[in-house]
Order: sequence, then C-alpha cells, then structure tokens
Amino acid sequence: MPTLKVDGQDVTVPQGATVLQACEAAGAEIPRFCYHERLSIAGNCRMCLVEMVKSPKPVASCAMPAADGMEIKTNTPLVRKARQGVMEFLLINHPLDCPICDQGGECDLQDQAVAYGFDHSRYHENKRAVSEKNMGPLIKTVMTRCIHCTRCVRFTEEVAGTEEIGAVFRGENMQITTFLEQAVRSELSGNVIDLCPVGALTSKPYAFAARPWELKKTESIDVHDAVGSNIRVDTRGAEVLRVLPRLHEDVNEEWISDKTRFACDGLKRQRIDTAYVRRDGRLQAASWAEAFEAIRMNMSRLEGSQIAAIAGDLADAEAVKALKDLMGKLGSPNMECRQDGARFDVSAAAGWRFNTTIAGIEQADAILLIGTNPRVEAAILNARIRKRYLKGHVSIAVVGPTVDLSYPHEHLGTGPEVLRAIADGSHPYAAVLKNAKAPMLVLGSGATARADGLAIHGLARKIAETCGLVRDDWNGFNLLHTAAGRVGALELGFVPGQGGRDLEGILEGAMRGEIRAVYLLGADEIDMSQLDGAFVVYQGSHGDAGAHRADVVLPGAAYTEKNATWVNTEGRVQQGRRALFPPGEAREDWTILRALSDVLGKRLPYDSLAQLREAMADDAPLFTVVDAIMAAEWAPFGAEGAIAATPFASTVSDFYLTNPICRASNTMAECSALHSGGAEKATGTHG
Amino acid sequence: MLADKDRIFTNLYGQHDWRLNGARKRGDWAGTKEFLAQGPEWIVEQIKASGLRGRGGAGFPTGLKWSFMPKQSDGRPSYLVVNADESEPGTCKDRDIIRHDPHKLIEGCLIAGFAMRAVAAYIYIRGEFIRERQQLQAAIDEAYAAGLVGKNACGSGYDFEVILHHGAGAYICGEETALLESLEGKKGQPRMKPPFPANVGLYGCPTTVNNVESIAVAPTILRRGAAWFSGLGRQGNAGTKIFCISGHVNNPCNVEEELGIPLRELIDKYAGGVRGGWDNLLAVIPGGSSVPMLPKATCDTVLMDFDSLKAEKSGLGTAAVIVMDKSTDLIKAIARLSRFYKHESCGQCTPCREGTGWMWRVMERLVTGQAEPSEIDMLLEVTYQVEGHTICALGDAAAWPIQGLIRHFRPVIEQRIADYKTSRGAPSRRPEAAE
Repeated sequence: MPTLKVDGQDVTVPQGATVLQACEAAGAEIPRFCYHERLSIAGNCRMCLVEMVKSPKPVASCAMPAADGMEIKTNTPLVRKARQGVMEFLLINHPLDCPICDQGGECDLQDQAVAYGFDHSRYHENKRAVSEKNMGPLIKTVMTRCIHCTRCVRFTEEVAGTEEIGAVFRGENMQITTFLEQAVRSELSGNVIDLCPVGALTSKPYAFAARPWELKKTESIDVHDAVGSNIRVDTRGAEVLRVLPRLHEDVNEEWISDKTRFACDGLKRQRIDTAYVRRDGRLQAASWAEAFEAIRMNMSRLEGSQIAAIAGDLADAEAVKALKDLMGKLGSPNMECRQDGARFDVSAAAGWRFNTTIAGIEQADAILLIGTNPRVEAAILNARIRKRYLKGHVSIAVVGPTVDLSYPHEHLGTGPEVLRAIADGSHPYAAVLKNAKAPMLVLGSGATARADGLAIHGLARKIAETCGLVRDDWNGFNLLHTAAGRVGALELGFVPGQGGRDLEGILEGAMRGEIRAVYLLGADEIDMSQLDGAFVVYQGSHGDAGAHRADVVLPGAAYTEKNATWVNTEGRVQQGRRALFPPGEAREDWTILRALSDVLGKRLPYDSLAQLREAMADDAPLFTVVDAIMAAEWAPFGAEGAIAATPFASTVSDFYLTNPICRASNTMAECSALHSGGAEKATGTHG
Repeated sequence: MLADKDRIFTNLYGQHDWRLNGARKRGDWAGTKEFLAQGPEWIVEQIKASGLRGRGGAGFPTGLKWSFMPKQSDGRPSYLVVNADESEPGTCKDRDIIRHDPHKLIEGCLIAGFAMRAVAAYIYIRGEFIRERQQLQAAIDEAYAAGLVGKNACGSGYDFEVILHHGAGAYICGEETALLESLEGKKGQPRMKPPFPANVGLYGCPTTVNNVESIAVAPTILRRGAAWFSGLGRQGNAGTKIFCISGHVNNPCNVEEELGIPLRELIDKYAGGVRGGWDNLLAVIPGGSSVPMLPKATCDTVLMDFDSLKAEKSGLGTAAVIVMDKSTDLIKAIARLSRFYKHESCGQCTPCREGTGWMWRVMERLVTGQAEPSEIDMLLEVTYQVEGHTICALGDAAAWPIQGLIRHFRPVIEQRIADYKTSRGAPSRRPEAAE
C-alpha cells in the first residue's frame, strides 16, 4: 500500500495502482483519452501528464505505477503547459466539424478542449484527411477525427477476443482499420462506439438521429438474453433512438452486446397497436371489448384442464404472475415457461440458477461448459469467462459442438457420454474438477432442451456433487438460460402444476383436441402448426409467429414501455422502467390480464403494481429485494434415466434473431445476413 | 592520438580475413573460456571498472546496465538483445564491425550474455543490411561449428544460443523497446517504461539491449584489462570509439579514436580536413542526425566525448560527425532531417505523431522563406512541446536538430524570410487556413 503525495496531500493507494488512480483518489481530476479502467494501458495520448518531483520530464500518470514517497503535482504551470501542448497537437489534425459530428455534446475531446484548448489555431498547414473504413452495419467511421488512442484496438483484442481492429502505417499516416476493411464480426463490437473518445467511431443506425441533450434517458434492464444487462434507454418523443450500457460491476460491467444495443429499431416495426379478432379466417382489428368478449365466448365454457398457457422469453414477472393466478382461477395446471422445450427439474432453485454468479466466474479456476455456446447465448457472460481466461491459471473445457468462444478451451467431446464418464470419475477431466479450488460447470439449454433433459440435469448434479463443485462457500453448478423471462417465471412457479402438461403435453393435447384453448404470453418460438385445433390467444408486442396463428390478439407493451421486473439467470431481481408509452391501444401486460380476469368473472386480487408486487413477493421471497442475489439452497434435483447418444447442440442458431423484437429489426437482419455470408453475395439490386 | 597497438577494431577497414581463422589471428576468441571461468560477477566488475559507456547514443554505463539483470532466475530465462538496427543518418560504424570484425561481436555476445546469465543473444539487424546479414550469419555458423557458441560454449559448460533476426527497415525499431516488440513479431512501437526491459523485456523476460559496438569491445576489455581501457580517453569518458565522419570532408571515413579527441584534430587528421579548408566550415552535427548542430566557433575547440558535447548543448550520440561547409543550406539540411523524423515516427503517441509533421511543414516553408518571422518562435515552442513529452526519444531527436538550428543560425532564417518578402514585392499577409 504505497503512500504518496499528490498536490501536497497524502494518499494511500492499493499496491499496483497507477499515479493516475492515486491522483483521482486525492481528488485531482486527470484528463485522459487513451486510458480506460477496463483496458490495458497504452500511454499514448499523453494527456494525463503530471509533474513528478525529481523527474526531469513530466510523466504519463496512467502508466506510472504509484510508489512510496512519490511527490506528484497536477496543477503546476508545467503540467498545464504540457497538457495544452498535447491538446494543440490533437486538434491540429482533428477536423473541427463538431456541428455535424454525432459525438457532439458527449465528446471527450470537446470537453477537454474547453479546459486545455487555445482559442485560435497556430497551425497553418493543410489538415490531414483519412479515408473512411468499412466496419460493417453497426459502426460508422469518420477516421479523420481519429486521435489514435487505440481504445478500440485494445477492446477487440482484450475484451471481445477477436483481433479485428488494428493500426496500419506509421507516424502521421497511422490509421485505425479492420483487417482488409472487413466488417467487424464480434458480437460486442458496439462497445467501441462508447469507448471512442471522439467521433471517429459512431453508431451507424443512430447516425444524425439526435443530439444527446434532446434525449430523455431512462434507466432500464435488457431482455434480449438472460444476463439482464443494465441499460439506459434514450428516447425522443415516442421513439427509442438508442440503447446504451449502464455500469453494473456484477452483471455487465460497462459492456452490452450488439443485440442489446442495436435491436431497438425493432421496437418500431411489426408492432401490434390494436386488438385483433379472427373473423372468417382473417384477423380483423377490434376493440378491447370485442377482443375480451371473443375470449370469454371461447374460454368460459371450457374445463380448466382444457386450457393451457405458455409464457414467452421476454415475459416480465408481473405479467407471468397475473397469468399464473388467472390460470389458477380457471383451474388449469397446464403452464409452461420453457418454450424451447427444456426439461430440467424445477423442484429446486439451485438446479436452475446460475449459482456461481457472473462476477463469481472471476474466482473459478476450472470451467466446464456443457451443451452451450455462451458467446451467442449470453455474450456478456462469455466476455466474463474471457476476462477470467486472461487472468490465467484456469482450465476451460467444452462438451458440445465445436465453436469459437473467443478464448482457447479444451474440447472434451460432443455428447452426453462424456458427462457420464466425468460423473463416474473415469474421464481425466473429473480429476481436473476435483483438484480445482473453485470449479464450476455451466449447463446450457442445448443440454436440457432435449428428450433426456431431465436425466442430463441429474447427471450434471452428480458431477457437481462427486467433483466437489458445491461447498458451503462455493456453488459451481450453473444453468445458463437464454430467455430474460425464464428465471422469473420459474421462481413464480409458472411450470406444469399437479397433473399439468409441459410444453410437449400442451402441443400434443392441442393436436388431439384435449387442449381447446391456449394463451400465449409473447410466446413465438414454438411450432404454431401444432396448435391448429385450439383457440389461441396471443398477447404480445410484435406481430410474429404467435400473432399470425392467434384467434385473438391482445396488444401488449415491449420491454421499454413498462415498469416491470425481470430475474436474470443468476436469480438477480431487476426492475426496468418505462421509457415511453406503448403504441396505440397497447397496454402494460399485467393490466391486460387484470382486465381480462374481470371479463371472465375471475377477478385478480390486485389493482396496482404495488399490490401485484406484494403478491409476487408472497409467492417467491426473492422478489422482496431488488438487485441482490439470494443464494439457493442445494437440494436434490434431476433424475436417473436413459440418455440418448445424440450430440448437444446450442438452441441459439442465429445470435441476431432470437426473439420477436430483433426479428423486427432491420439492423439485426443486416447483421444476420452478414454473418450467414448473405450480405457479401448480395448485389446492388438485392432486396 | 590513439596508437595502433591500442586499437580494438584491427580490421575496421577489411584488409584482413573476417572469418574465424583471420579473427583468431587478430586475437579474438583467445582465452574466452578462462574469462567465463571467472564467473559473471567478475566480468560485470571488469566492465564497470573499465568505464565503458553505451555506444548506441545514450552513453549509459554498460557494466551498470548488465548488473541490473536478475542474479537468480524466478523461472523466466534472461536474454541479451544486440541492437544492430543501425539507422541513424550519418552512422555506419556497426555496419563495418559486422562486415569486417563479426567475431568480435559474437564473442562479445557470449561474454555479455554469460555475465547477465542470459540463455541466448538475439541480434536484431537492420533490414537493409542484406550482405552484412549473410556475412554475420556465416560467422555465427562458423562459431557454432567450432563449438564457440551453442551447447557447452567454448568448452565452458555454459549453453548459449546466438540468433540473428533481421528487421524490415524501420528506424524506430532501433529504439530498444520497439526493437523488442518487432522481435516478438508485433508492430514496432516503443513500450512504456517502467517496467524496464531488465524486468520485463523480450517475451516478458529480463532482457538487456546493447549496441553492437558496446558488445564488440567487451572481449578486448577483458583481454587487455579494465585499467587499459579506462586509461584511454578522458575522465568519465573512457576508452576508444569509432567515429563516422561524413559530409564536406575530403576523405569521409570510419575511424577508431580515443574519446575526448578534439573535433578539429579528428577531422583534419583522419578525414583529410574540411573541403576548402577549416575556415570553410559552417557547422558540424557531432553525433548523428538527432543531436543539435555546433557552429564553427564551437567546433574549433570542442572535444569529442559525452560530457564535453553535453556542455555545448549537443551530444555525442553515435559519434557520427556530419560536416557541413559554407556551401550548405543549413535550413534545407535540417528540413531534410525533419522529413526523416516525420517519416519514421511510429505514430503511437500524440506529440511525436502530430508534432513531427507540423515541424517538417514549417521547416519546408522556412527553406523558401515563405513564413512570418514570428513563426520561428512558434516552431521553437512546438519543438519544446514535443521534447520530453513522448514515450520514446524519437520526439526529442526530431526536436533537437531544429533547436540547434534556431539557436545558432536564427539570423540566417530571418534573412531568408526577409529575402522572400522582398522578392515578392510588398509584404503581404499570408492567408490564414480555414478552421
């Protein structure tokens, strides 16, 4: 713990801290462009120069390790002059095109120029111009503005793990570019836009859309995967213009995936903004009253066992709770929230949560990934595993399809037979897990969404128990979900009740005519053709597979349009806030169910969000505390049973098209086409 | 004047055989095993006592540098890296050592590498030195074949590899940390210091980077004794040094001389004097393109060593003496150097990337006089904004020649500007660039 003097004030900083961090601890603000807490130190912008007593030259505070007895001065004429000099150099070749720059208003260079810039230029030569670079459909480049801080280079190399962006040429001809100007393919690429301190890399979909000061900023939660990334939704009027990450050290740090960031244009397309009722085989716009009446006509005479409900991937906990209570009042045990067909045992919370927690990954020293490709299923979580890998001394192994995870790993096999061998100790990896201090396994939906899912769930528990993954102070058993609404629904018990049907049962029942009515709460990922015989109600925000099949469509709110709760894969309860109102006749989802319950004569006992949340907390105490982890108690789960030899396969085939919102997004469609190779083959007249 | 018997590089001009047999006849590889037998500490002490200062430009005491290397390995190997990326304009001493006395370098590698407990020496040779590379490789192969390096080098029981690596012709790769980056296969950009290479160098292992000449003189120092070496030269500037005399002299040459020899004596005695006589001298750049020039008045008396030249606000650098007589357009000469530094800046850090181009463009205008007199001060200020604010010394190297020019020849620049204005008639304000 070195103690040093900053501007005459003594500060003590942790071992390994830099002078810059010491200065910040002492309350002295140090300007910087290249330095970033989460990236390696480059020390190239030279903006953070400070005076160090006994050093003939000013030192770059970002790169200088703090040492005992140092004396640092941050506000002397020498420091000011040095920074002014660097600022002048940065500006001589920077186009002063702030009025047409998307970074304007949130630009580090602009801000620092106010503090250290001159009011006129002494540079009378021609300014440098740099050609734009193609970085794909997400990142717009104006490379003349680049100040060569290399944050983007370091991000892709270190955090994203794809060496896609680099610097070519030298001296004043140095340029930041992608290799052969190919589109950036990392699923985290959008973060370089936030990292760029100037307007060199900006958001292509958001180009020239708005100025930061005109936007209303709402703090919310992302629903495109089960990570629950903290986001800020920027809106103007009735339009979401962009989504930015919000800092949460235990969840997403300060990164978000490209899907989280760029799928927001899907919120404007394919929206269901009024109710529809199918008349003469065609969906026709209807009033709320007509729609509810159609539901009452078709459902009120049915037995409870003839009714089923399926909750979709984006469903918020409030709506799930209301639907569950309604189903209870209708006397139906046929509820399912796992529309991917996952069959894990729901009897113990420890069996379905990511018990290690996302931040906990950094403690693990052996990681076994089973039937999952976290890079597409939970990109941010994958970045955390990569962060763990970069620290070194960790063994990462995969059972499942061979994929590029952005970090090296051992591939043990593709199918469940490897798990059996690890469980009975005959596989060498069992010893690796046993000898590790903090071993963990991640069971993906590719391992549970299959006929023998329950047995595999049990086998994974056996591995956890025999290889010492579960201790008093450590739980290395993890289920990685892909749907934001999944864990919330599981906690609330939106699963087949006593004698109830699971997904397969519901679909089979509908085929056989045993299930006469199916309520889809934003469920679009099931095979709709199997519902042919049933009366289908679809409640949701987007006209996707479910709405096309439905007999009655009820317009719901998208995630940016409601105050709602989601529980991420760790079991962390997080509340999203309404950034704008739902379009047209659409309403917040729980209020729709509350109104419908009245029409069906089964009135739900809550009239406000607060009352509903109280009821949720009664069902699951987890909901009483927001943004905390309540560790789940270890209990037996899973089953013994026959296991097929079929290899595991991830349930996510296309990272960019996993839910109705991103399927409605033009940006995501472009990305998807790029990744499937379609965009490169497309001609000028394509589409 | 240095007596012939005291010369280290006895084949500097290539009259004799450069191969192993020839080198052995000149005394190389004699008693190497015995030196190693005295242990690393002894070698470092000898070099320290000899007062040898680094011959690459900075003049850091070589023995002290070697002593920074870990005495006990923490599991990582140590490396010696020899900087043969000789690219400083005016400098051609390492080239001649490699051409004509390669075995001095290879023997030096073994001795220095043993002294710092290194497992291998990497010689990073400039990309343009193609014949030199082939020749040095041939010499290394000879040494391997004769068992002088490699497993059980010289029968000492010490295993030591010598690996020759060639660069791709970037001046910046002569900066020690950029050299290490390049050697690792990365873009040649200097690293931040600390950590210094002695802690974290090549592939993250303790490394010492030395100039070719510093390494090549080490065996002779051991053979003839530290006292012999420190007896040559001046206090604090011991030993001999190869001077590279180029420019407006009658006989441009490389010559080994004692440090502290008067500049005038050096030029007159070895280079056949200044073209047109000493009085025709205008200025001298005494240490390679990076150091500020000296006007004739200073050249009359100055001594060629680290401290004397520093006192004159210049430097010994690589001891590449660039002589310019009165026919020289000094502004144009320095503008050419500015262009060189602009071209060779790696582009990593701001002041150098942006400053070298700015300085060069102003210099080009000063050549024709197309500038305002106030721009001289502005240019000087820009050089101070670059100097000392960069990651490596290339920024300083780009700033110093301009500072030297303005310091000693400001009236020449002012006259050029005035002449231009006169030639263009009425003084006119240059149009300002749009912002």
